[in-house]
Amino acid sequence: MGSLQLQSIRKSYGGHEVLKGIDLEVKDGEFVIFVGPSGCGKSTLLRTIAGLEDATSGSVQIDGVEVGHVAPAKRGIAMVFQSYALYPHLTVKDNISLGLKQAGVPKPEIDDKVRKAAGMLSLDPYLARRPAELSGGQRQRVAIGRAIVREPKLFLFDEPLSNLDAALRVNTRLEIARLHRSLKATMIYVTHDQVEAMTLADKIVVLNGGRIEQVGSPMELYNRPANLFVAGFIGSPQMNFIDGEKFGDSAKTVGIRPEHIGLSRDGGKWKAKVIHVEHLGADTIVYLESDDVGPLTVRLFGEHRYAADDVVHATPVIGGLHRFDADGRVINSGQ
Amino acid sequence: MSKARTSFARTGAVHVALIAYTLVALFPVFLTIANSFKSRNAIFREPLAIPTPETFSLIGYETVLKQGDFIGYFQNSVVVTVVSIALVLLFGAMAAFALSEYRFRGNTLMGLYLALGIMIPIRLGTVAILQGMVATNLVNTLTALILVYTAQGLPLAVFILSEFMRTVSDDLKNAGRIDGLSEYAIFFRLVLPLIRPAMATVAVFTMIPIWNDLWFPLILAPAETTKTVTLGSQIFIGQFVTNWNAVLSALSLAIFPVLVLYVIFSRQLIRGITAGAVK
Repeated sequence: MGSLQLQSIRKSYGGHEVLKGIDLEVKDGEFVIFVGPSGCGKSTLLRTIAGLEDATSGSVQIDGVEVGHVAPAKRGIAMVFQSYALYPHLTVKDNISLGLKQAGVPKPEIDDKVRKAAGMLSLDPYLARRPAELSGGQRQRVAIGRAIVREPKLFLFDEPLSNLDAALRVNTRLEIARLHRSLKATMIYVTHDQVEAMTLADKIVVLNGGRIEQVGSPMELYNRPANLFVAGFIGSPQMNFIDGEKFGDSAKTVGIRPEHIGLSRDGGKWKAKVIHVEHLGADTIVYLESDDVGPLTVRLFGEHRYAADDVVHATPVIGGLHRFDADGRVINSGQ
Repeated sequence: MSKARTSFARTGAVHVALIAYTLVALFPVFLTIANSFKSRNAIFREPLAIPTPETFSLIGYETVLKQGDFIGYFQNSVVVTVVSIALVLLFGAMAAFALSEYRFRGNTLMGLYLALGIMIPIRLGTVAILQGMVATNLVNTLTALILVYTAQGLPLAVFILSEFMRTVSDDLKNAGRIDGLSEYAIFFRLVLPLIRPAMATVAVFTMIPIWNDLWFPLILAPAETTKTVTLGSQIFIGQFVTNWNAVLSALSLAIFPVLVLYVIFSRQLIRGITAGAVK
């Protein structure tokens, strides 16, 4: 149980409109990720769902029930914050169980739930400690534990991995994915990191400037971006954008992902000079400057012996082109 | 090596400065306590000497304890000080929470208005306060003093505490809201424990002027049953003759409750600093 409907949610602070009419439907058990650059309104949207902010207009429904005027604690949600937000003066056990105590759950049941959550997150040895005595990863696990014991209809995550270092981030990401599979709960997750979005989501919602740019599965967004913004935001390194005229196409802009360009020393469509090469082992990223179409980024799989100042020829792979009109919307050429 | 030596010299200099300051600060206290144990002649002959078997005398303490109800004065002082601090901390913290946590029309203006009292001495309103107390039949009650001191302490408390409350993370309060804590529970159970060091600072700043005050006890509560220690000691200071033994003994006794309260609050200060916060 845990579906969510948002209808034309607007939110403004003073005269400044942060959310400009958001419509969204999240089905039971889905893992939905809000992604976008900072200031796009994704955190505000999450807070509106949680009830920490009131929408200026529009409706929020959880399981078909309007919750616009329901207190956060009564909405059946749980939230994990970027700063963990653990109660510093309480032990791990008390941190996890506070919400249940507040709801008047009998003590044996609380103990049972805390033990189960602690087992799931391997927190058993730390139950008597205070947050100050835990590492960053452990603290975030406590915060997740605090969410799990409430058995919410909706899990809300507000950039939960941003404060962790790279190695821990991958581990915690896997843990959240595993959690989603075992709990089969609906989760809504905010991040600005598109790798997190691509790896975790069933459905990604790309936000920009208070509007939804596109909603779709990670592969839909990667293969069929609806507009220039999504095309540039999803995928790393960023998609190459080439002026339609230079490309010899009727579209205003033509986009090609770096992995959809081939390189050759002998001959090809565009002659270019190598500016810089990044050897990543599995990939080689080559930055080119071409007289025909300007700067290009090319991603080659495996190791390649290109070096700066080499002269090479780049050729786009047929079928890897994305064509956009003057408004930045994709032109469906029926490919 | 040279680095270690410079830091040694620097710590040495810091210690010398601090020790010198401590001596200067403690000298009057030492003088008061040492002389309170001496006979009247010895006080005037050698004010700086410590009591010897010949000059030792408890006459001052005997006078203090015999004359007037000194234990009663102490009780009055302690009651007034402790209750005033408690009220200042409670109301100050609540006002500070409202100012820092909720966005409402006139928030900044309200904050400035509440802080105005820092700049305007409450004694300017003595006549009006006295008239008010007479009208409400509160003259010669401890309640009168408590009310005045609470009003006197609030502006600084609101000012300092609201600055500190702004530093408490929003996420923490929001986590509490999602866990079903009421706004009161968030205030008492999440925010207050985190700003304990600031509360201790405010308590110390509030306590000392109240304990030492002579003005309001003299005007609002000069009756025998409601005298405070400071006012009670005044009976030994005459226009022509001052009983120095008694004055010094009374002052020595008056130092201790302040010391005890200060020790309690400074422990809070240290504990508050070491409590783990977010991140």
